[in-house]
Amino acid sequence: MNMAAMANPLRTNDAPKDNALRPEPAAAPDAKLRVAGLNFYYGAAHVLHDVSLEIPPNKVTALIGPSGCGKSTFLRTLNRMSDTVRNARATGAVTLDGEDVMAMDVVQLRRRVGMVFQKSNPFPKSIFDNVAYGPRLSGHMRKPALEEAVERSLRRAAIWDEVKDHLQESAYALSGGQQQRLCIARALAVDPEVLLLDEPCSALDPIATAKIEELLFTLKDNCTLVIVTHNMQQAARVAEFTGFFLLGKLIEFDKTEVIFKRPSRKETEDYITGRFG
Amino acid sequence: MTGTDIAAPAVPPAHAAGSARLRGFLRRLRAGDLVAHTITLAFAASILLITVLLVMELWGKSGLSRTKFGWGFFTGSTWDPVAGDFGALPFVYGTLITSFLSLLLSVPVGLGAAIFLSEMAPPRISDSLTFVIELLAAVPSVIYGLLGVFFLVPLMRQYVEPALVKSFGYLPLFRGPVYGVGVLTSSVVLAIMILPFIVSISREALMSVPREQREAALAVGATRWESTWQAVVPFARLGIIGSVFLALARALGETMAVTMVIGNDPRINPSLLAPGYSIAAVIANEFTEASSDLHLSALVELGLVLFLLTMVINAFARLLILTTTRKGTAQS
Amino acid sequence: MIWRRFVNAFMFALTGVCTMLTVSVLFFILGYLIYQGGRSLSWDFFTKLPAPVGETGGGMANAIVGSGKLLLITILLGVPVGFLGGVYLAEFSGAAFASVVRYTADLLNGVPSIVIGILAYALVVVRAKQFSTFAGGFALSMMVIPITLRSTEQFLRAVPNTLREGALALGASKSRAVVTVIIPAAMRGILTGTILGVARVAGETAPLLFTAFGNRYWSPGWFQPTASLPMMVYTYAISAYEDWHRQAWAAGLVLLSMMLVANIAARLILSPKGVQRA
Repeated sequence: MNMAAMANPLRTNDAPKDNALRPEPAAAPDAKLRVAGLNFYYGAAHVLHDVSLEIPPNKVTALIGPSGCGKSTFLRTLNRMSDTVRNARATGAVTLDGEDVMAMDVVQLRRRVGMVFQKSNPFPKSIFDNVAYGPRLSGHMRKPALEEAVERSLRRAAIWDEVKDHLQESAYALSGGQQQRLCIARALAVDPEVLLLDEPCSALDPIATAKIEELLFTLKDNCTLVIVTHNMQQAARVAEFTGFFLLGKLIEFDKTEVIFKRPSRKETEDYITGRFG
Repeated sequence: MTGTDIAAPAVPPAHAAGSARLRGFLRRLRAGDLVAHTITLAFAASILLITVLLVMELWGKSGLSRTKFGWGFFTGSTWDPVAGDFGALPFVYGTLITSFLSLLLSVPVGLGAAIFLSEMAPPRISDSLTFVIELLAAVPSVIYGLLGVFFLVPLMRQYVEPALVKSFGYLPLFRGPVYGVGVLTSSVVLAIMILPFIVSISREALMSVPREQREAALAVGATRWESTWQAVVPFARLGIIGSVFLALARALGETMAVTMVIGNDPRINPSLLAPGYSIAAVIANEFTEASSDLHLSALVELGLVLFLLTMVINAFARLLILTTTRKGTAQS
Repeated sequence: MIWRRFVNAFMFALTGVCTMLTVSVLFFILGYLIYQGGRSLSWDFFTKLPAPVGETGGGMANAIVGSGKLLLITILLGVPVGFLGGVYLAEFSGAAFASVVRYTADLLNGVPSIVIGILAYALVVVRAKQFSTFAGGFALSMMVIPITLRSTEQFLRAVPNTLREGALALGASKSRAVVTVIIPAAMRGILTGTILGVARVAGETAPLLFTAFGNRYWSPGWFQPTASLPMMVYTYAISAYEDWHRQAWAAGLVLLSMMLVANIAARLILSPKGVQRA
């Protein structure tokens, strides 16, 4: 195992990594999201094979793997965005706090499990209206409560100071990194229990990326985060747990440290050390 | 923990794919969605309803005439409301001759303009000029008729047609008295009316020709024109032909401008200077004054003919245009 | 070689001539109408009823109002049907049904307007046993429905899928996402298409010939025959009266101006300067 091949190992910051104190995830009864035997098909194509894992609460879980390995598809089954594709089919069980995700009302599911996309997609509305969109859907919010919710979300997304004087301006006036943080704020505005992030920084420059990564640390106190990334160093920086996908299968899932320093599977080791992908 | 381990299931067993999907579908069709889905579906279906009604009414109301004349309707050349004898030939002739003549006049000019706009003009100028040309399509038919009656007809009568008679009067095409109104004038008006369609669509067809086609010709030493005429235009020929058919369909159905300058004479005359009649024009003129059920039915049968004619030609045109744009984008 | 170069220059010059010829037609039409029609435009034209046949003077107030009423029916009846149908095709429909509807809409678009007039005659005039504003509006609505449907569908489809996903991921149901995000995002284009479609049918005469029919007086309500601007142009132009010819020019100028304004305004809406807001 060639650790020298891996640049920029685990980030050091004030938030202590207390993984050693936590019990093994496999036995944790309080896994936020539990997936068992998930198979996913686009028409005839068998895209995900028998995936099982447990997402621990209030942690950042990263999903890594080469392009096309199915990690984004997997992510999208968690909030059933996969339903929007016509020939999509899923078998197996996905549960959120023990509740079957497939049987749940999908609108309710998506309020509990939010998503941030690869390319920021703010609506052609004002910054305020973007963030207020989610809360407005449930209908019964008065203006002061709405404004409070918007401010709270923008603060959580670490963008409040930059936009507080421009709330009525179009979201498209923001830079790429700001738009993505706006999308995070928008997703947070409905107070989701889980936030799914699908390669959120892939279209951003390093500074914008760093801002978002910093953000993730503060978010996990109130939220469970699952992030798909093709950037291994990012996974090492931000996530406590990491899952490695290859060709639609979950090869290995463990604490990030273990995945990067002592992977049990050869495929994992090959990917980590850069032999492919 | 590896992917092959399955955690102790505290969850219900796997759902069959089908019922999960059905439940999901039903759940998706919550109250709001169901209403939206149904209302919009109803309105989309209204298009189908209108078309069905159209065919039904055209077929139904022409029944009297169809049963009386059968196929003879298309060979008969008398149109006599008093005697109850109706033959479509003069109108079919008039419609076809004016339309084809208008194509003859406008296709060269239209194609020329399209080539200029696509190959020569810088993009901004090309877009602005195309916008202006497309505005021509927004001019109402009756305005063309107005200009036809008061500007073109006198012009034809006083200058153009006498000149034609002088130079080509030995041909049966240009024989006879000069009225100003007639098949030729009508064709000229139609030509101007269909020009924007030929220009606009041909231009797009030409613009969708991939760069490599032009460059291949230039690379072996062709001039710009040679590359355009010998490589680009042939490549886009389906789209150009499509535009011609589309223009033809428009010309066939044109009513007001033609009615105002064709002379409204239901006779077949080989001379282009003679007055004639078109299907749309006779319907426009006689519908409200139809003297009998048979008369009305004959007019509706003419409408049915026009409908079928334009439908077939339009469908063909669209097929051609679609093929070109797909070919262009597939190869580029 | 010199010959080929000559041909090159000559042919391209020729195509330039073709272009100028085509472009100049519009300006010629406009100029001629302004010249002829401008002289005949007067306050009377807009406010007075037509004078008795044979007398000079009078105006086209009833035709202007008539056209207005016809347009109102078209906007209230035809536009929503086309719009909602387009929403269905773009957002809810399966592929097979959508292509059938699309094909039919294109077919309907290509039907000559006089044949649509026959349909409106058969459905409305025959049953009511009289010509009416409503019959005319009905005919125009049937013409505007396929136009509006196709353009609505086209602009809705052009909205990037990422916006749809963004709304759904926030817990919006499909229909709410469509109403609150997608339609507003496509609004500019839809508006343009609608204005262009309505403008196009507003200038049609043929379908009105045996539906609205015409009227030399005011047309009360919606179920009497009514005058309309395009029909007045037609009737007056082919008449024998000099005064009527003058008025036909004036009416033609008004009609053309409205068309051009609508078309130019619609295009301007479609390509604004600056950032788009919904």
